Amino acid sequence: MSEKKFDPVIVGFFCNWCTSAAADLAGTSRLHYPPNIRPIRVMCSSTVDPVYLIRALQEGADATILGGCHPGDCHYITGNYKARRRVAIVKTVLKSLGFDDTRVLLEWISGSEGPKFARVMNEYTDYIKQRGPSDFKYLDSLGGEEVE
Amino acid sequence: MAMKRIGVFICHCGRNIAGTVDVKRVAEEIGKREDVAFSTTYIFMCSQPGQKLIEDSIKKYNLDGVVVANCSPTLHERTMRNAAARAGLNPYRVEIANIREWAAWPHEDNPEAATRKAIRIINATIEKLKANASLEPIEVPVTRRALVIGGGVAGMQAALDLADSGIETILVEKESSIGGNMFRLSETFPTLDCPQCILTPKMNDVGGHPNIKLYTYSEVEDVEGFMGNFKVKIKKKATFVDWDKCTGCGECLRVCPVHVDSEFDLGMAKRTSIYIANEQAVPLKALIDENSCIRLQFEKKVREGKIKPKKNVKICSKCADVCEPKAIHFQNNEEIVEENVGAIIVATGYEVVPAEAFPELGGKYPDVITALQFERLLAPSGPTAGVPRRPSDGKIPDSIAFLHCVGSRDPQNGVPYCSRICCMYTIKQAMLVKHARPDIAVYDFYIDIRSNGKGYEEFYHRAKEEYGVNFIRGKVSKVYKVGDKYRVQGVDTLTGRIIEVDVDMVVLATAAKGSSTVKELAKKLRIPYDEWGWLKETHLKLKPLETPVGGVFIAGAAQFIKDITDSVSQGSGAAAKAMALLAKPELEKEPLLAKVDQEICAGCGRCKDQCAYDAISIDPVRHVAVVNEALCEGCGACSANCPTTAIQVVNFKKGQIIRAVDILAEVF
Repeated sequence: MSEKKFDPVIVGFFCNWCTSAAADLAGTSRLHYPPNIRPIRVMCSSTVDPVYLIRALQEGADATILGGCHPGDCHYITGNYKARRRVAIVKTVLKSLGFDDTRVLLEWISGSEGPKFARVMNEYTDYIKQRGPSDFKYLDSLGGEEVE
Repeated sequence: MAMKRIGVFICHCGRNIAGTVDVKRVAEEIGKREDVAFSTTYIFMCSQPGQKLIEDSIKKYNLDGVVVANCSPTLHERTMRNAAARAGLNPYRVEIANIREWAAWPHEDNPEAATRKAIRIINATIEKLKANASLEPIEVPVTRRALVIGGGVAGMQAALDLADSGIETILVEKESSIGGNMFRLSETFPTLDCPQCILTPKMNDVGGHPNIKLYTYSEVEDVEGFMGNFKVKIKKKATFVDWDKCTGCGECLRVCPVHVDSEFDLGMAKRTSIYIANEQAVPLKALIDENSCIRLQFEKKVREGKIKPKKNVKICSKCADVCEPKAIHFQNNEEIVEENVGAIIVATGYEVVPAEAFPELGGKYPDVITALQFERLLAPSGPTAGVPRRPSDGKIPDSIAFLHCVGSRDPQNGVPYCSRICCMYTIKQAMLVKHARPDIAVYDFYIDIRSNGKGYEEFYHRAKEEYGVNFIRGKVSKVYKVGDKYRVQGVDTLTGRIIEVDVDMVVLATAAKGSSTVKELAKKLRIPYDEWGWLKETHLKLKPLETPVGGVFIAGAAQFIKDITDSVSQGSGAAAKAMALLAKPELEKEPLLAKVDQEICAGCGRCKDQCAYDAISIDPVRHVAVVNEALCEGCGACSANCPTTAIQVVNFKKGQIIRAVDILAEVF
């Protein structure tokens, strides 16, 4: 490992109706959070296939965050409950394979919660910084490739 | 076929983006991609020359896809798609990369990181866009009827405007009469009109309008469907009285032996167990309160087996005995009705925090009441016929104190916001007590007087100069009982002195909040609300009447506490929005829906289990999933559960998302 300060990569999947709106509001309110969060807008948290999360971790992300509407408030009635189940399974699989399951985070952030969005992004980035690079990347380096 | 000639248009947004993000560098970096035919920047992409630039470039470079890197897609996605359509490019070949809210603004302290992040967001968006298909909007028929929820002044105005324009309108009100909080008021600022005089014509118009179907004492039970085609279940709560027969004569009220606190008078007076909301109620119908009626309670206990009735027991039926039209039947007549509508207006209004929430300000004493309760004591039609009397002993007070900002502008003990109407109604109440009793001593404790409406400041000066109300700038810290009086302890911040006055009565201008039942309703409608129960509009400045759910609008104090003038304006505004929607025979629906590749589909039905709209069925013959486009909302829950990727949301296909994820997850 180089001596460069660890700068994690975190991929954020944000549902169109709540968490994307919260991210817009955080930006409009000029609330600052680390640029380590790399966002993608999806229509609903329920459309996030577990494959997306695993893929992000495989391709270099140190963590992933999935943002949806609060329980009971889903724009698509029950999408967030489906997302909750999927994330629970992804975490179980990661854990049983010996990987760190805290690298997948599910958060409910509504469209009016710009400050919460910024707070979650700050706290999670700090947490991942303390946690260090992801195990998946460690496996990459076992393959002989240097990871910066 | 993946796109090969993409145009990327990076907006400066004045200095909003360009002040942080190095837009020139972004354009250069993106321009290096093989699939990008043209990449440029412009100061305002949303301006007419900006749109022209996109149109001209599409033609000049024969672009097959466009990424506009600017603000949130909620703002200008449609602008850019329309621009592309004008140049002959299918609008669904346009994607927005949000580099303002998601890169420039949150990272304005780190321009280098913001620039790199902008490049990454654009690259990810291009990867997603590349496999976008050309699509045409789907047309769905519109039900030309509207539903208004809430029969206060905003809801009534909305219903009347809709009905007058020829649209059949359903008005649902949870109380047994329309009128809302406005009908509780004594007189209204700044004109001192009495709502019992100015609101009753509107109430009667609503009650008798051929295009309005009124459901009072009813609540919305369930909402299904989408813009233009909602299916609403309405619960008509049990009244135990046949309203077709009830004439509203009020004979039953005179004989009922049970007396409980009146909801309409907010506990300032009693009503009987069988009651009519108020004397001017629309509709003027009696109903029985199940929780206090002797007979209904008795019957309930018998049903539950708690008591065994003796033979020939005579149980109270006094109301039914005197009812000439034989309307009172004591039968539970709760009923669920279904209505189909194309648009919904939510006008559920506000509530005030009860005085009991402020024990340090005397809220535990009977003579310390909320301003809304005091309105009933000042109302000519109220329990004291407009003469303020102490609830504890009926004495006409010699002195009275009004406390502003009780729980408002106070994040520690209440809400952080200003409740907006309190300054004006407190000034009005101070005037009205002076009308009733000119020699009364009035102390008005305020922090700031906020009188920012037409005629409001003049009204305030009138109270000071003509009526001699003592305005004291300062907050009250404590109210406690001393003998027969209440001692109000505070500070006059203009003189810096501690103030103590002994008064007969204290009126608290407590904070306003959204209606207590609104959260349940908002969940059924899937519209957002905040922690105080205010419904959230799409855009505070420019779309104050819209919600993120198409076809659902908000009006009046449901959005945020507002006075009558503003509530009426919003009622009319929301009605206009609904009319615009219902004026078209057909609506365009986004074609971003689930689609099944029937070559791959095995008909396992896992997608069907995930669908919250029952939009998927399994064809019994071909044994493949089939999507009903009218019902599908495009959430994509089905696709995440499909083991073969047979069902996917158009333009949100898995391959598209994974390609974008690969870019986002890249270490550098």
